[in-house]
Amino acid sequence: MNARKSSIAYVIGFALLLAAPAAIYPVLIMKVLCFALFACAFNLLLGYTGLLSFGHAMFLGGSAYLTGHALTAWELPTLAGLALGTLGGAVLGALVGMLAIRRQGIYFAMVTLALAQLMYFVLLQSSFSGGENGLQGVPRGSLFGLDLANDYILYYLIVVLFSLTFWLIQRTIQSPFGQTLKAIRENEPRAISLGYDVDRYKLLAFVLSAGLAGLAGSMKTVLFGFATLTDAHWNTSGEVVLMTLLGGMGTVLGPIAGATVIVSLHSELADKVGSLVTVITGFLFVFCVLVFRRGIVGEGIALYHRMIGEKYR
Amino acid sequence: MTDKTVATARPEAEPILETHGLVKEFRGFVAVDGVDLKIRRGHIHALIGPNGAGKTTCFNLLTKFLQPTRGTIRFKGRDITGEAPQRIARTGMVRSFQISAVFPHMTVLENVKVALQRKLGTTFHFWESGASLRRLDEQAMALLASVGLERYADMVTVEMPYGRKRALEIATTLALEPELMLLDEPTQGMGHEDVELVMQLIKKVSVNRTILMVEHNMKVVSGICDAITVLARGAILAEGDYDAVSSNPLVIEAYMGSEAAQLAGAH
Amino acid sequence: MNEIFGIPLPALLGQLMLGLVNGSFYALLSLGLAVIFGMLHIINFAHGALYMMGAMFSWLAMVYLGIGYWRSLLLVPLFVGAIGIVIERFLLQWIYKLDPLYGLLLTFGVALIIGGGFRYVFGSSGQPYSIPPELGGAVDLGFMFLPKYRMWVIVASLTICFATWFMIEKTRLGAYLRAGTENPGLTQAFGINVPVMVMLTYAFGTALAAFAGVLAAPTTQVSPLMSSNMIITVFAVVVIGGMGSIMGSIITGLGLGVIEGLTKVFYAQASSTVVFIVMVIVLMVRPAGLFGKEK
Ligand SMILES: Nc1ncnc2c1ncn2[C@@H]1O[C@H](COP(=O)(O)OP(=O)(O)OP(=O)(O)O)[C@@H](O)[C@H]1O
Ligand SMILES: [Mg+2]
Repeated sequence: MNARKSSIAYVIGFALLLAAPAAIYPVLIMKVLCFALFACAFNLLLGYTGLLSFGHAMFLGGSAYLTGHALTAWELPTLAGLALGTLGGAVLGALVGMLAIRRQGIYFAMVTLALAQLMYFVLLQSSFSGGENGLQGVPRGSLFGLDLANDYILYYLIVVLFSLTFWLIQRTIQSPFGQTLKAIRENEPRAISLGYDVDRYKLLAFVLSAGLAGLAGSMKTVLFGFATLTDAHWNTSGEVVLMTLLGGMGTVLGPIAGATVIVSLHSELADKVGSLVTVITGFLFVFCVLVFRRGIVGEGIALYHRMIGEKYR
Repeated sequence: MTDKTVATARPEAEPILETHGLVKEFRGFVAVDGVDLKIRRGHIHALIGPNGAGKTTCFNLLTKFLQPTRGTIRFKGRDITGEAPQRIARTGMVRSFQISAVFPHMTVLENVKVALQRKLGTTFHFWESGASLRRLDEQAMALLASVGLERYADMVTVEMPYGRKRALEIATTLALEPELMLLDEPTQGMGHEDVELVMQLIKKVSVNRTILMVEHNMKVVSGICDAITVLARGAILAEGDYDAVSSNPLVIEAYMGSEAAQLAGAH
Repeated sequence: MNEIFGIPLPALLGQLMLGLVNGSFYALLSLGLAVIFGMLHIINFAHGALYMMGAMFSWLAMVYLGIGYWRSLLLVPLFVGAIGIVIERFLLQWIYKLDPLYGLLLTFGVALIIGGGFRYVFGSSGQPYSIPPELGGAVDLGFMFLPKYRMWVIVASLTICFATWFMIEKTRLGAYLRAGTENPGLTQAFGINVPVMVMLTYAFGTALAAFAGVLAAPTTQVSPLMSSNMIITVFAVVVIGGMGSIMGSIITGLGLGVIEGLTKVFYAQASSTVVFIVMVIVLMVRPAGLFGKEK
């Protein structure tokens, strides 16, 4: 697909998003957008840098709490709270990244998972976070005099934030930085031998990914008015991996597709089947790893290439 | 002890790279054992030796992909024993790898641009448009032309035959304008014609630079190399020009069998 | 002297003992992870779930089949090992050629299936499993009571750990295993069936996890939730120790159990996080891990 065609597609997608609340309950779409943003941020790391973080919930959850606290206790305006959450995610990302990047591959995944668990216990035990109950009653606040308590008004704020972030991620992937990341992912020793200090590039990717995951968490707090331990739990870390894997890692739209499927699945099933949801999630993992590694979008692209008779690796 | 034959072929140029007592141990196994290497500026220097002699390990030590257990490395008169590998590349020593070192799912042109773009200073700019890299196209094409790959610029690299990938590696390495190029078996696994091509290519790019290469093909070694170091079981067995080395009984003994025959044959 | 830093000695020794008990479980689990990783190059995320299975099965065997502790200690690991074989044959064997990260994701999926399945069937509430009568009670040391069961857990785990270490490092079977890890093609050429060896290695690792589960059953409430955080702690243990050495896993596991136990005495709030904090420190000063051999 060339650049013109894809920008037309994006404009259509944006227009559909703007019109969607007419047909679908806006809170559901907003929830999907929050997780889609989370998964896109995660994909920047897994799909475009080749790093599997198994602790991304710590950025979602950490910023969810931070924004919640900022809006409640410090009474910051909503936008400032969102910005603070993003910044907080990035700072936490820098700290965690510096530690985790010292180990490669599988160890990197384990280190991030363990650090996320540390974060989880910190949130569980510290005084501001409300322990098992989480932070409740976070006000949505207002923006330019518009009351965000109105779902429709909040909806357009979230759509704009999501679209801007999506654009930024796109831009990052295609930037000189993104090109460098790609080289590192393709052949790290060669990149080093060409003079690249690969750890610093990985760290920046990690910080960006963590910051945007933080933004997703902050948006989620504003949307629902609470932050809970679930956001920081390893289950959530696993879920974002699944969204990306199922949608297609390393594809631009994959994480959005994956997030849509998983969020809808959960809202359909959660009340009906109880802990079978976990079992289903487990089977999805197994399915994706064994036979569906390209994911929904990846398979779609492959199919498209086959139809027009082109070779696709 | 080692029997060192003295190179006499050329007037002595100053050494660009020198090692002293270089040792690498892996869990008690000594892979490189007290190597004193001296590479003279402007030479094509071959590092040869039987399989497992420690040639690649030597390369890894020189370019700091591995930390030596003991010993020192001086490059252009400066001690680089404690440097990080990416710093080595920036001081003018660039290596290739024994197994192909391309970026397989990038195009041929992009491969070369990866080497060029670091100098733009924008490699951390995640906000900048990818189009900003287009200004490197011309330079990259010129490099591709120098190794005869300009026609394949837009091909995805995996799809190229092996010989061309190796040529691409050389173009990518050249992009950094290295003073010292380290090539690990650049002709390994190639057909006769490709060997000839790559050999001429190395000869061509060696102008105004120094090359250290691991090579098994004695035709290449005798054809283009000015000096040879023979490594066996991690230690230097002999040094000198081709005639001196190939007639050295220790070398013939170390190689035994087919490769000895090859050595004698090419003589 | 009856106090150390104002803490009564019996309380301190009691926590030390508890720490050793937990450390034994960490050692057994991280040992199993290391053995599996050595052969399959897969980090077995399902390890915690298999541990939970060990405990749940011994409880089920007791309640529904009347099979007691001692027989469970032998039968449950065999049974779970057989489940391990099924997992290896049906799932893992298809991904050996892929990036090891897929192994982590696949076994994560398996962990969810097992964990969620048990929760669906048995709920989340804890079940008591009583200490076998032979090991009930405590030994009176004069200044404190030593519960016999805890001593047994430590002795049994260490015995199994050292037997494993001996088998891998000192016997011919272990030599084959190590050879298979380093050069599968060559080992196959010597007439050893590498795929079967891989399968049995995984089965052995899972049996170790189940063994730990059976040992744990009388020390805690048996429930499908008992493993949900365990595996992450064990991962931290593995990161701290590095997976290069069998003995390293054992020592690290025990040591961290003790540190955790002592933290409970001196600063209880930090007891759930101390292992992770140790991990952070180790990453800062010795990135490859205490016994690591990366690079
Ligand atoms: N990372 C490592 N860990 C342990 N042993 C190693 C390591 N790297 C190399 N070796 C060992 O060191 C010895 C020398 O290996 P090296 O690759 O340097 O040989 P070589 O001369 O390049 O051989 P070839 O001609 O086959 O490329 C070999 O016995 C090899 O097994
Ligand atoms: Mg070699």
